Amino acid sequence: MAVSETVVATQPAATPTPPASRRRPRGRNAAYWLYLLPGAVLFILVIGAPLVGTLYLSLTKWSGIGDPRWVGLDNYQQLLHDDVFWASFRNTIAMIVAMVVVPTLLGLLLAAVLFDVIGRRFKPRTAAALRAAFYLPQVLPVVVAGIVWGWILRPDGAFNSLLDAVGLGALRHDWLGDPGTALPVVMAVMIWVQIGYPVVVFMAALQRVDPELYEAAEVDGANWLHRFRAITLPQIRPETFVVALTCTIAALKVFGPIFALTRGGPENATNVPSYFAYYTFFKKLQVGYGSAISTVLTVIIIVVAGVFIWMQARSERRDRGF
Amino acid sequence: MAVIITEAPAPARRPVRDRHHRGVSRWVVLTLVTLGALVMLVPFAFMLLNAFKSPGDYSSSGPLSWPTEFYTKGLRTYWTEVNFPLKLWNSALIAGSVAVLGVAVSLLNAYALGIGRVRGRLWIVGLFLLANMLPQEALIYPLYYVAKEIGLYNTQLSVIIIFTVIQSAFGTYLLASVMGTFPRSLLEAAALDGAGKWTVLWRVVFPNLRPTLAVLLIFFFIWTWNEFLIPLVMLIDNQTQTIPVALASLQGDRLMDAPTTNAGALISLVPAILFFLIFQRTLARGITAGAEK
Repeated sequence: MAVSETVVATQPAATPTPPASRRRPRGRNAAYWLYLLPGAVLFILVIGAPLVGTLYLSLTKWSGIGDPRWVGLDNYQQLLHDDVFWASFRNTIAMIVAMVVVPTLLGLLLAAVLFDVIGRRFKPRTAAALRAAFYLPQVLPVVVAGIVWGWILRPDGAFNSLLDAVGLGALRHDWLGDPGTALPVVMAVMIWVQIGYPVVVFMAALQRVDPELYEAAEVDGANWLHRFRAITLPQIRPETFVVALTCTIAALKVFGPIFALTRGGPENATNVPSYFAYYTFFKKLQVGYGSAISTVLTVIIIVVAGVFIWMQARSERRDRGF
Repeated sequence: MAVIITEAPAPARRPVRDRHHRGVSRWVVLTLVTLGALVMLVPFAFMLLNAFKSPGDYSSSGPLSWPTEFYTKGLRTYWTEVNFPLKLWNSALIAGSVAVLGVAVSLLNAYALGIGRVRGRLWIVGLFLLANMLPQEALIYPLYYVAKEIGLYNTQLSVIIIFTVIQSAFGTYLLASVMGTFPRSLLEAAALDGAGKWTVLWRVVFPNLRPTLAVLLIFFFIWTWNEFLIPLVMLIDNQTQTIPVALASLQGDRLMDAPTTNAGALISLVPAILFFLIFQRTLARGITAGAEK
């Protein structure tokens, strides 16, 4: 994920059309449709049709064999009374805290410190090396990292041994096996996975900020915190929006780490909608019900993305007003 | 992927009095951030420490001890049991094909949208962007069912086709906005020389966008390499599975004692770390090029 968003952050999205193109006769442009043809056909086959299919299946009961039986909105009604469904969405909020809120705040702080303090008062190489350490988990297959973490957190794993070694053996625990600790521990792993992405995006964003702004503020006697709040935060707000949006979408969709760490357990303490849907599809063979879960998740993602984009557009308009 | 700061942001301009102010506190900050970075690396240290330990050594001395011998049997067991070279080939075949095809489809789409400016293009671009955000669960069952019906189930081709489309949804969005700023004069000059649309695409647009396309190619490759859900559902046997799916499906298996798990994770991570090291400069260039617009 991470990287492309970096690119997006720095690209002006969907540029306005210069008036010149309107003067050209339509016939000339029509030939360009031909170039869209392969992409459009693939898009309809791989995304459009399956999406409609899932929507249809969510209104049926089906085990994947034979013919789906139409049941109307039954699946959705059942969802409303399904504790696992509600638990999975509560856990999504925990995932948003672990994958959006904490990494964005911590990332802002780390990026500012790395860029402003370490990058300038020490060698830039030092800052680059530290940034690489924070970013490393982002380039790895998240499932593989999840398997390593799963072993570390096992009752006989490295984390408990570490507690023993530092004299905190009393705290030994089955971290992922206890419903009380599984979610906080998974959240901690997700922070570890996610933190590098905001750090890298924000550091790239800071390079864009005019250094003279900082120098002027320093001459005026502003301390580091003042400068952080008055210059850094407002200057990199576009990137903050992009990071918050992409991380929120990623948190809503999170699957691999849950699969590798806990499979949603124990007792659904770490279940999330996408794992719940996967499990319902392929383990319980309730295709209609799984489709309903997926459809609800899809709608939530679209709404969240819409709200973000609307907020961003509004804040840009406000900026121009000044 | 990590942007490398190649140029120091002019440390020479620092006002002199600053040095007095921050003599100590900067070291405190450096220490704290370095500690944070070390915490990030601890899981890798644990993994390395245990990947070359014998099972007996592990069970008697635990996960924190230094290995008594350089034990590579865990690594070799994993390598041969899962037929790692084949998994590597599957991952490379899938990620490589998706990268090339995804960029090609993105380029064609974006040419129509960004340069051809076909009607309704904003809606179409929005649709592509939305497609990129969809949860894969919303597509997976119909894809799985149809793949079974037409005999593409458990083939690398099914995964290649699906990810070509998913990745190109993002690529189209990105390239369409890049092409929207493409210098019109270049296009018009080519048209005056009598170049058709296809020639313009290959001789004018493509060479100019090559750096952006290279970055996109690498992103697509790495993202596809790391994908999990769709390969997990579509690829069910040893012949077709990718590296992450192979490791995950052995989780909890009798074969996978702690040293073997760590050894398996280690070799599964090596390719990703290599891409990171090889490509980070290219990616940094791409990101900086974007930022200068």
